[in-house]
Amino acid sequence: MEKAKSGFARALRAAFPVTVPVLTGFLCLGVAYGILMSTSGLGIVWTGLMSAVAFGGSMQFVAISLLCGAFDPLQALLLSLMVNARHMFYGLSMLDRYKGLGKARFPLIYMLCDETFSLVSTVEPPPEVAPKDFYLAVTLLDYGYWLAASLLGAAVGDLIPFDTTGMDFALTALFVVLFLEQWRKPENRPSAVIGVACTVLSLAVFGADNLVIPAMVLILAALLMGRRRLCHDEA
Amino acid sequence: MTKLEMLLTVLAVALGTQITRWLPFLLFPEDRQPPAVVRQLGQLLPPAVMGLLVVYCLKSVTPTAFPYGAPEAIAIAVTALLHGWKRNVLLSIAGGTAVYMLLVQTVFA
Repeated sequence: MEKAKSGFARALRAAFPVTVPVLTGFLCLGVAYGILMSTSGLGIVWTGLMSAVAFGGSMQFVAISLLCGAFDPLQALLLSLMVNARHMFYGLSMLDRYKGLGKARFPLIYMLCDETFSLVSTVEPPPEVAPKDFYLAVTLLDYGYWLAASLLGAAVGDLIPFDTTGMDFALTALFVVLFLEQWRKPENRPSAVIGVACTVLSLAVFGADNLVIPAMVLILAALLMGRRRLCHDEA
Repeated sequence: MTKLEMLLTVLAVALGTQITRWLPFLLFPEDRQPPAVVRQLGQLLPPAVMGLLVVYCLKSVTPTAFPYGAPEAIAIAVTALLHGWKRNVLLSIAGGTAVYMLLVQTVFA
């Protein structure tokens, strides 16, 4: 038990530096979310509940209008399925890495968000840390950052002493860096280009508010058509 | 809405989110080898998704109106250059973010 504990402590120490960009971005967006919840008349309890139970960034912002509108749980469910559909890609990509991890699978899948997926799919766990512990540490840290930041925003949001405009660019920069890390492997490049091209096309045709689902369909179609030529190691 | 209706709304949102997270793992349980096409997608999707997320973050940029996406373009260039130079994730992101904040708060304010 002692050994397992120190193993996880080591994993936390290894995971913390790679999650700092997420901490920065979530501090901005989470606090912004908490403030918005407060000003919409939804206090700290609803903020905490949403972040803990319905953890999922953009959909939580959408849900503010749902909570302030007429009662329509079916619409809430469908909207949540659509806004969060990209998670299905993450699950498909993590089938292998999250295999045989026992009970850890529950938090790993329950809390699988954009940022956590980007990190666990791109960053290799250091050799002295068990992959399971590393994945779990990244997942729990990211979830904790969001929860803490949104509570902070709901509690003391208007007291922030300096101008944080533009600080949420940390998440854009994080995805840029992880994109570059994927790009380092030449066999990843066609797929990376497909991802950018399909999303730009979808943005041009469907606009900023509706781009995700068409982009996913386009990416899926392109990868399925090209998979024989694109796949590096034939598993 | 009553408190109960609000709670049900939160749970409906949570259910939708969790379905999208669990579906792949429920469709392809770990004790069975998923079909080849699924394994291939698992390999090909991460770089494509990273591209999607980068573009998604930039979706509200308007290249046709002031400031013409300049803060984003400059900050991404700084991030990429720093990353090519030192390959230190934190440095690249901190540098890019600092430049972006400086640009939107002063130069392009």
